[in-house]
Amino acid sequence: MHGFDAFHLARAQFAFTIMFHIVFPALSIGLASYLAVLEGIWLATGKQIYLDLFRHWLRPFALVFGMGVVSGIAMSYQFGTNWSVFSDKAGAVIGPLMGYEILSSFFLEAGFLGIMLFGMQKVGPKLHFIATCTVAAGTLMSAFWILAVNSWMQTPDGYAVTDAGRFVPVSWLHIIFNPSFYVRFPHMVLASYLSAAFVVGAAGARRLLVDSSDVAARTMFSMAMWMAVVVAPLQIAMGDIHGLNTLRHQPAKVAAMEGLFETTRGAPLALFGLPDMKTGRLGMAVEIPHLSSVILRHSWNGEVRGLNSFPTADRPNAAVVFWSFRVMVGLGMSMFLLGGASLWLRFRGRLYASRYFLRAAVLMGPSGLVALLAGWVTTEAGRQPWTVYGLLRTTQSLSPVTAPAVAASLIAFVVVYLVVFSAGVAFLLRLLGGPVKSGAAAAGHGHSRAAIEGVVP
Amino acid sequence: MNPFGGLDLPLVWAGIIAFAVLAYVILDGFDLGCGILFLAERTDAARGVIVASIVPVWDGNETWLVLGGGGLLAVFPLAYAIILPALYPAVIGMLLSLVFRGVAFEFRFRAATRPGRRLWDAAFCIGSGCAAFCQGVTLGGLVQGIKVSGRAYAGGPWDWLTPFSLTCGAALVVGYALLGATWLIWRTDGDLRARCRVHATRLGVATLAFVVVVSLWTPFLSPTYAARWFGWPGLAMTSPVPVLVALLALRFRTALRGDGDLSPFVCSLGVFTLCFAGLGISLFPMAVPPSLTVWQVAAPPESQAFLLVGAAVLLPMVLAYTCCSYWVFRGKVVGEHVH
Repeated sequence: MHGFDAFHLARAQFAFTIMFHIVFPALSIGLASYLAVLEGIWLATGKQIYLDLFRHWLRPFALVFGMGVVSGIAMSYQFGTNWSVFSDKAGAVIGPLMGYEILSSFFLEAGFLGIMLFGMQKVGPKLHFIATCTVAAGTLMSAFWILAVNSWMQTPDGYAVTDAGRFVPVSWLHIIFNPSFYVRFPHMVLASYLSAAFVVGAAGARRLLVDSSDVAARTMFSMAMWMAVVVAPLQIAMGDIHGLNTLRHQPAKVAAMEGLFETTRGAPLALFGLPDMKTGRLGMAVEIPHLSSVILRHSWNGEVRGLNSFPTADRPNAAVVFWSFRVMVGLGMSMFLLGGASLWLRFRGRLYASRYFLRAAVLMGPSGLVALLAGWVTTEAGRQPWTVYGLLRTTQSLSPVTAPAVAASLIAFVVVYLVVFSAGVAFLLRLLGGPVKSGAAAAGHGHSRAAIEGVVP
Repeated sequence: MNPFGGLDLPLVWAGIIAFAVLAYVILDGFDLGCGILFLAERTDAARGVIVASIVPVWDGNETWLVLGGGGLLAVFPLAYAIILPALYPAVIGMLLSLVFRGVAFEFRFRAATRPGRRLWDAAFCIGSGCAAFCQGVTLGGLVQGIKVSGRAYAGGPWDWLTPFSLTCGAALVVGYALLGATWLIWRTDGDLRARCRVHATRLGVATLAFVVVVSLWTPFLSPTYAARWFGWPGLAMTSPVPVLVALLALRFRTALRGDGDLSPFVCSLGVFTLCFAGLGISLFPMAVPPSLTVWQVAAPPESQAFLLVGAAVLLPMVLAYTCCSYWVFRGKVVGEHVH
């Protein structure tokens, strides 16, 4: 039965588990840096409001980080359980990169997280701030290494292939700093920061809708909107650079993203359409003439290769990639517009008072995360049919596990993740909906009445 | 491309991975053990104290598991590629159990109602127990041997499931519970500590019984093991192990009788370390018993050397700040864990 063989089940399982997973590290990256900023401003200015905000966001961070850890372990073992041939063939190259991620990032985050969450009274503010910064640095280093792994899969470099078809390292510099790493790593970091900014913004906006004079809510909302103003345009520019990079190294992916089946000079940009992989056509297309060539080739009549010019077996599924790309870009533009609106309102002095805007900000809360997921679907589904682009096919990467075994594990993952992470999101939303506790009340809330006071041994 | 000249990289890495696995078993052993004992405590206050003793360190402890698995991919990718599919359900079971255990730390706090909190308490306990059991089964599945053909696992989906592997699963649950109980003797006070002393006595006996059973069973799994443990000259190396275990057991009993604080924990750690050493004695130099050695499954020298350079610097740093972290949270836990 097509779709229920071990291969498709394993792909479904990987897609499911990684989509759940990626949301948490992305938020962790954004929130960790935000917490470091809040604590830094508090230490520099002594203003209590920043400590209150720090304490308020520490708990959502702990929740999100924990979910990231447990879903992440599942990823590190899943390469072996379900994609063992890939692990054997590419392990010599990607294995050490993940080894560095563990040694330099995971341990760093984990080692200082305890102090960051529970140790303020024990180590004092300055050492505590170092712990917070270290955790934030750990999250960024983690992104570095994992994007190095993913980028190498997309644009492999610095390797040789043995007679048995195994990839061996030739130049670590070229493996890590491969042709697409320079675009993927910043794009992901900016995406993480945007995701966190919009979550913070939504939480602030929701509070402001209840009480527009709430100083803590105003502060965090303002910070979030500045992030939107600065980072959204940067991310759009980064996305454009990324698109050009992808065109150079993975033209089939771009063809799928554009829904372009026939190689065309002066290719139109399709805003909407229904890509049909069987007939090789974009149905019901709504197009802007020449715009694709302008964006991709910087030329009115530039040639863009169509999907049909690639061998059938090498074409990614445009039906998926076309739409995931549009979701991401649409949300990116919306984030940009919201940032622009916030700037205008700010100059009019109505940033905290415009109810329409605040409601929009609340609705846009998950936009960064949804854009992130859509972007990853685009790049990973667009990477198909390869695990190592142009060299190793996904069909050649599977473990020798039976369909019933994978079906069982897929069902187990789906059930567990839905139960556990729904509960987690529910708890998170409750935390985000609550007011920021101030000063002494907040102190009782976490640290001075802490369990871990310890008696001198 | 190998800056380490004549160094036997696979051997060095086998030692490092073995160390990582031992570190994991010891560190996550006691916090999974605390989870296993969790439901034996009926009051929120006592449960809160147990969680408080491990909440600042559990994530770092669990990271050694990621190093064990991810490290295997990095330096022994063929072993990674064979072992994980071979033990598929046990590994998946462990991962899902760890999900429940990990989120329960935060979720039990966030639960709005008492039944909600109890639900996550149960998840914490059952998740810890199942994770321990699956790890034991994984270990047993490895020791009893894995069928290999060419560069892939060649057995069926149920080969791992045998009386031996199930016994190892149970043994690890009991052993981790012992580590948890003795950890709590060291880190808590009052009634909870008194109850843990009772648990530790019983668990000590049970653990010792399992150690004897598994140790006597293992040599019969394969002639190689039998030759090491019962034959000469293997006996010269292996005979100290049961002797030392017996000595530690006696020290453990004395410590518990005399209200020792740290000694029961140290003795339990000692027994675990000796069992681990015994495992090493049986398995070495096999990475995938019975057919593949560490040299056969190793990544090329360029890969092993590249990671070793970093590990040589980073691992001591990890150990250093881990010790610092434990030192920051030293002393008896007072009061329950509150957010």
